[in-house]
Amino acid sequence: MTELGWWGVPIAVLGGAVRVSTPFLFVSLGECITEKSGRINLGLEGILVMGAMSGYALSYLTGNPWLGVLGAGAAGLVLGLLHGLVCNLPRVNDIAVGIGLMLFGTGLAFFLGKPYVQPKAPTLPAMPLGGWSASPQVQAALEVNPLFLIGIGLAVALSWAFRNTRWGLIVRMVGDSSDAARAMGYAVPRMRTLCTGVGGFLAGVGGSFLSLYYPGSWSEGLSSGQGLMAVALVIFARWNPMHCFYAALLFGGAGAVGPALQSVGITSGYYLFNAAPYVVTLGIMIATCSPRRTLAGAPGELSINR
Amino acid sequence: MASGPSGRLRQSAEALAIPVGALGAAMVVFGLVMAALGRSPLEVYELIYQGAFASAFSWQNTLTRAAPLILTALCVALPAQAGLMVIGGEGALVLGGLAAAVVGHLLGGAPPLGVKLAMALAGMLAGAVWIALAGALRQYRGVNETISSLLLGYIAIAVFNHLVEGPLRDPASLNKPSTTPIGDASMVGTLPGLDVHWGLGFGLVFCLVTYVLVKHTTYGFALRIVGGNARAARLAGLPVGAIVLGACVLGGAAAGLAGMVEVAAVHGSANASLIAGYGYAGILVAFIARQNPLAIVPVAVLVGGISASGGMLQRRLDLPDATVLVLQGIAFMLILASETVYGRLKIFRPERA
Repeated sequence: MTELGWWGVPIAVLGGAVRVSTPFLFVSLGECITEKSGRINLGLEGILVMGAMSGYALSYLTGNPWLGVLGAGAAGLVLGLLHGLVCNLPRVNDIAVGIGLMLFGTGLAFFLGKPYVQPKAPTLPAMPLGGWSASPQVQAALEVNPLFLIGIGLAVALSWAFRNTRWGLIVRMVGDSSDAARAMGYAVPRMRTLCTGVGGFLAGVGGSFLSLYYPGSWSEGLSSGQGLMAVALVIFARWNPMHCFYAALLFGGAGAVGPALQSVGITSGYYLFNAAPYVVTLGIMIATCSPRRTLAGAPGELSINR
Repeated sequence: MASGPSGRLRQSAEALAIPVGALGAAMVVFGLVMAALGRSPLEVYELIYQGAFASAFSWQNTLTRAAPLILTALCVALPAQAGLMVIGGEGALVLGGLAAAVVGHLLGGAPPLGVKLAMALAGMLAGAVWIALAGALRQYRGVNETISSLLLGYIAIAVFNHLVEGPLRDPASLNKPSTTPIGDASMVGTLPGLDVHWGLGFGLVFCLVTYVLVKHTTYGFALRIVGGNARAARLAGLPVGAIVLGACVLGGAAAGLAGMVEVAAVHGSANASLIAGYGYAGILVAFIARQNPLAIVPVAVLVGGISASGGMLQRRLDLPDATVLVLQGIAFMLILASETVYGRLKIFRPERA
């Protein structure tokens, strides 16, 4: 840190943004798909923790971290489908079920994950993209995980698919007007269940990033509300997958401010800096919401808009 | 709709039978999970009963846990009457506890009764402000209150940790950072004839007052109209903003009081033990009670009992302490799913005249 001095802070924040943003990115892309179809899943926090646990456990048992990532996605898919199916019942509130799933998912993960707190599982490899620089800080900041790049690709693909494919059009129609979708002969509940399942899969993958790359181990305090912040992030990103990516970077950067300042010796207010992502999320929601109109780009059937 | 005494009876029977049925189903599902893990479900339930309700000691443990649950559940149930889903009780509890500890320390030499009152007021005020913030953001800025209250909860815990480990830390607390103890004279005692602290009494009174307020006053009537249809309430000339904020203030005050009780009756100072998840378990209690203030009391005793038996399961069957969280999670999901059954079962339908 000596030769860079204060320049180390922005570089560390940038590196932190790249490192910390991946779970935000995956969870928010998943939630984006779910919300586009007209449902909101607050339970992604529980799915994230469950994904982190099952990814770590599978990686430990099989020795292959990528199998862990897949297993985490599968666990997320199951929980997402559970949310979707329960919400298909008439008069069941999707926000309440989300809160239930949040408690259920974390409880189940703590229960099943107890034996995996101690052992060390193989984690995901990093790709050093900073070899051109002599500075170790820059090199550290540019250690990128493949999942981050997959996430970017996914964001691009999704925003293209929502605009240009038949599948994207159907999801948007189901989310904007279930009457229109029914008139066209599409099964609205089935589409929403599928979208919630896919959203759960992505949230599970995001969870596996936490346990298999950064911080890179499984413990009960692993997630600190990333799944929940991702829901707010989707609202901030106005249901646009590319904006989800930018917002995830911003949130990741906010989360990296505390550790970065700590590395140059500013340790007072450690807890306050750690609260930065929540404050940023709340501030952004206050700035973008309005009591008089629904947000531009919001799916018409979303329950938080009514 | 149901009318007459027999119709009302059928409605109450339905409101009791469906949650009980859902809880029974949850016990079956949880029993299957236990059986799949090679544990005998009957033995597990026997131990839960022993840990929760079998002896005077377990009852004391259960009721001590139920007291804060009653108050944090009110923090969900009161705003819910106005149609708001506030789930940030944990933050209100933590800040309420901190405010009570600070006031208790500052007023150290004053008459004990005055100190206790001031602590209760400080705790309630802190909690009320925190939840009212979420309500005001919803009312005047259109920010979804579920998300904002949870974010506020995380912020409250960060502020709490910062203050307890920094400016407000008692230098004498070495291993576990705490605020300066409030002193034995200011501690809240136990209920007469019971080994349970006064928090349970506060909770019962708060529930009763809330019930009367919601069901038998003009304010409560207006509150339920707002919860049913805010637009219609506004057209009828009701001050919707003030009504919603009032419900949030009362709910937050309940959660803040829970924090004060935990400090003044259990821990003696504010430290990390306050962050024990009572706020989140209170959400579960409120939903099982279907946001009914009177039903909250028995449900809180049940949920408090289940969590009190966690240690017993851990010691005797070598199950992780999160086992009771799984049971609670399954129960929560099935209770929510059972919402769909209301009005669809033939036995509970009033016959047509």
